[in-house]
Parts: sequence; structure tokens; C-alpha cells
Amino acid sequence: MTDAQNSSKNFAKIFPKNLAAQAAPAPLLSVRDLTKSYGAHLGCADVSFDLFPGEVMGIVGESGSGKSTLLGCMAGHLRPDAGAVIFDTRRDGPRDTVTMSEPERRMLGRTDWAFVHQNARDGLRVGVSAGGNVGERLMAVGARHYGDIRAAATDWLGRVEIAPDRIDDRPGTFSGGMQQRLQIARNLVTGPRLVFMDEPTGGLDVSVQARLLDLMRGLVRDMGLSAIIVTHDLAVVRLLADRLMVMKSGHVVEQGLTDQVLDDPQHGYTQLLVSSVLQV
Amino acid sequence: MIKIENLSKTFTLHNQGGAVIPVMEGANLTVGAGECVALVGASGAGKSTLMRMIYGNYLTAGGSILVGDLDVARAQPREIIRLRRETLGYVSQFLRVVPRVPTLDVVAEPLRALGMDESRARDRAAAMLARLNIPEPLWELSPTTFSGGEQQRVNIARGFVRDYPALLLDEPTASLDTANRAVVLGLIETAKARGAAIVGIFHDESARAQVCDREIDVTGFAPGRAA
Repeated sequence: MTDAQNSSKNFAKIFPKNLAAQAAPAPLLSVRDLTKSYGAHLGCADVSFDLFPGEVMGIVGESGSGKSTLLGCMAGHLRPDAGAVIFDTRRDGPRDTVTMSEPERRMLGRTDWAFVHQNARDGLRVGVSAGGNVGERLMAVGARHYGDIRAAATDWLGRVEIAPDRIDDRPGTFSGGMQQRLQIARNLVTGPRLVFMDEPTGGLDVSVQARLLDLMRGLVRDMGLSAIIVTHDLAVVRLLADRLMVMKSGHVVEQGLTDQVLDDPQHGYTQLLVSSVLQV
Repeated sequence: MIKIENLSKTFTLHNQGGAVIPVMEGANLTVGAGECVALVGASGAGKSTLMRMIYGNYLTAGGSILVGDLDVARAQPREIIRLRRETLGYVSQFLRVVPRVPTLDVVAEPLRALGMDESRARDRAAAMLARLNIPEPLWELSPTTFSGGEQQRVNIARGFVRDYPALLLDEPTASLDTANRAVVLGLIETAKARGAAIVGIFHDESARAQVCDREIDVTGFAPGRAA
């Protein structure tokens, strides 16, 4: 057996194959009445929804509509004022991540969750090589064998279309699109079940965006991932998200199947949003 | 297979003075297994609106749309996602795909979504593309740069690459030459023979005569005209 085969076998032992793609009746994530204010200013209010395994949900709305606040509250980066974020953890089943201890939440962030930042540099360690960026996440969940870690890193760089001869280069020498792909590899190497993405294609050239969308769709399908994607780009959600939530002034004004919300919007704000997109 | 009862639809234009436009009322339609029903009526009569409602793309104001045992009018998004993955295919007039994805993968996607492995799914997609006379050198290219007729055949390939129990066809022969038109009509006949329930819009009258068992004039579903 080659090193690579060996390591992927060990890898499968540490991270059992994702079963989320199979039909499961229980939601992976249940958000209930989530509310967060910044003093007198409302971030988001009374947000409730269920996300099922394998589903991709988009959250759209203009700047300041509360979509990033909501994402931060769900991912444990912000503390909500009220409400619950119940996640079906791999180890202990459904748990409210708002009330769990900080170390528990951090561990969840390294095992079951991933977070892809808009600015790749916020999600990468710029002083560490590309391979190190990916390997570091594995070490954080207990991997110790150098050969295994290196093989897993090489495998993931390949999956996100980064040439193997760049493994020892620092992300600072990468283009914006490559940095974003590296961030995705770093996040997905530990086999998470839920990925939070904040404007993942923002700030990239359209041709690079298309490549990234293609990559993300493939990963979601092949790994059975669930994802929540915050963006203001309606074209991105149409291609990537099964379901869509529209936010305005901190409130969810409409939600449903993505193409239904975009093609037959019910709320005045969504109608305005959809009709404001420039046609290419 | 498809049973529509007392279906109605209104559009509310919030940014144009809140105008409420009723577009459909009292629509009824039943399509059995192995049957192909054509929707007819003048442009703007509501043929596409009805198709979109069956697919869950438009919401309904009232009534029910049973596809198999799911009422699309009341279904949750995830139930509709599942219906589209497993039961209900749709051949649209427009191609909407992620740029850069090769045609072969675009056509293989409905099979991959059901869990078929990549090489088998690509083989099936290749067979369907060959049958629809898409030249092989194009298979590894994205269909976004194809001609109108080629894009339409890619859509058709996606709709017929697996045996959906129910199919919605929006002008499947519109911009095709005679040879390809014959291929598509053959695909529709094969689908009927294996028991697929089909609803279609065909402006091509002789195509309609060849594959459709019945015609439903949607003008009868206009508000105020329903009995």
C-alpha cells in the first residue's frame, strides 16, 4: 500500500464517512427565536428555521440587514441575547450551542463545523505554509503522524486545485482565488458536517468565482455537507443554495425554495431586490 | 400520477401600488402514468405559469397539486427538493448552469445527485449526448457557449438521462432541426411506454399530434371563466 492510501485509510478511521447525505428525519440545525442587539440597534430578531442534512441555505439581504450578525450568532462567534441554536452533534446528539461551555463550542468549531470567511486572510495563518495551514487543523483534533498529515494536506490541496509544488509556499504568495480555495481546504480537511460561509466569492473575479462555485457544489454533493451561505449575490445563491432566506432590518421577511423565492417573490422587499439585479 | 384540483394563482405587485392580479382560478388536471397531456392556449394564457406551479417554482394561492403522493401546493422546501431529485424532471427552455462545468457533468448531475458513481453517470450522459447529436468535442466544454439549439438539447439530455416517473416539458422541440426533433419525440414516446406521466407545452402542432394523448386549453382556467 502506498503512503497516500495508507493515510487515507487511517484518516477514514479518525473521521468516519459522513452519513449526512443519507435521508435523516432529524434536522442538523434548529434555530429558534434567535435575537441579537447592539445596544439600541437591532442586529437580528426572532429568527427561526430548521436545516436538514445535505441542505444548502442561502441568506441574502443588503448591507446592515443582519445577515452577518445572524451567521456570527449561529457559528458561536457572537453571543445572542435570546434564542437557541440546537445542533445535532456527532458525539452527543442535539445540543444547544448557545448555552454550552466555551471549550465545548470551540471543539465543535474544529470538528463538526467549518467557517469560511469572506477575506481568506481572516481564515488562514499567513506565516505558515499552505500545507501547514491544512495540517494545523488536523493536529488541532489530535492527528500526530507527520506522514499522514502531510498526505492529507496534499490530497486536499489537489481537491481544491492547488498544485502540489506549492505545498511549502506561504499563502501570501497566492492569488486571491487560491487563498480562498486554501481556506476551504483548511476548513474541510477535518470532515465537518456544517459549513458557515460569509460572502465566500466576494472580492473575486467572476471567472474565479465560477471556478469556486463549481468546487463548492462538488464538495457539498460528494461529502454530503450542509452549508449556510451569507451573500448579497443572488446569482451565487441561485446556483448554490437549495433554500433561501431574505433579511431586511434584522428580520427574515421571506424564506422558501431558492428558485421559488427568486422567481415568485412574495414580499415587497424581495420583489425590489430581484428586480434590481442588472441583467448581463 | 399528477392530479390538480381547484388550483388558483394571484400575483401581488408590492412595488406597483400593491396591485393584485388574479391569473388562474379553478384549474383541474389529471395526468395518468404513460400519458402525455399538452397545455394549449394563446401566449400569456398561463401555460408556463401552470407548469411552474407543478414544479414548485411558483407558489399557489389555493387548491392542490398532487405529484405522486406529495401536495406541491403545501410541501416544505426539502420535500420539493426531494421530489425534483427523485420523481419530477423538468426540461426548461433556458439553460441555467454553473459556468465552467463540462457538458458531460451537467448532464450527469441528476444521476450523481441520486448517488450514482461518477464514471457510470458520465457514461450514461455520454450516451444521451450522442443520441441527441451533440458533437463529442463539445462534451468537455461548458454549454454556456453553445448555440441555442445545442443548449436546448443539453436540457433535454438532463431531463431524459434518467427515468423520471413524471416529466414537465417546456417547448422541447422549439429550436431543433428535423433529425433532432425526431430523436426528442422518440425519447418522449419511450418515456410514455415505460409509464411516465408527462405535461408539455408544444407550439409544434404535428409534434403535439404525434406524442400527446390529450390537449387542455388553459384559457378555461382564467379567472372569472371557471365554472
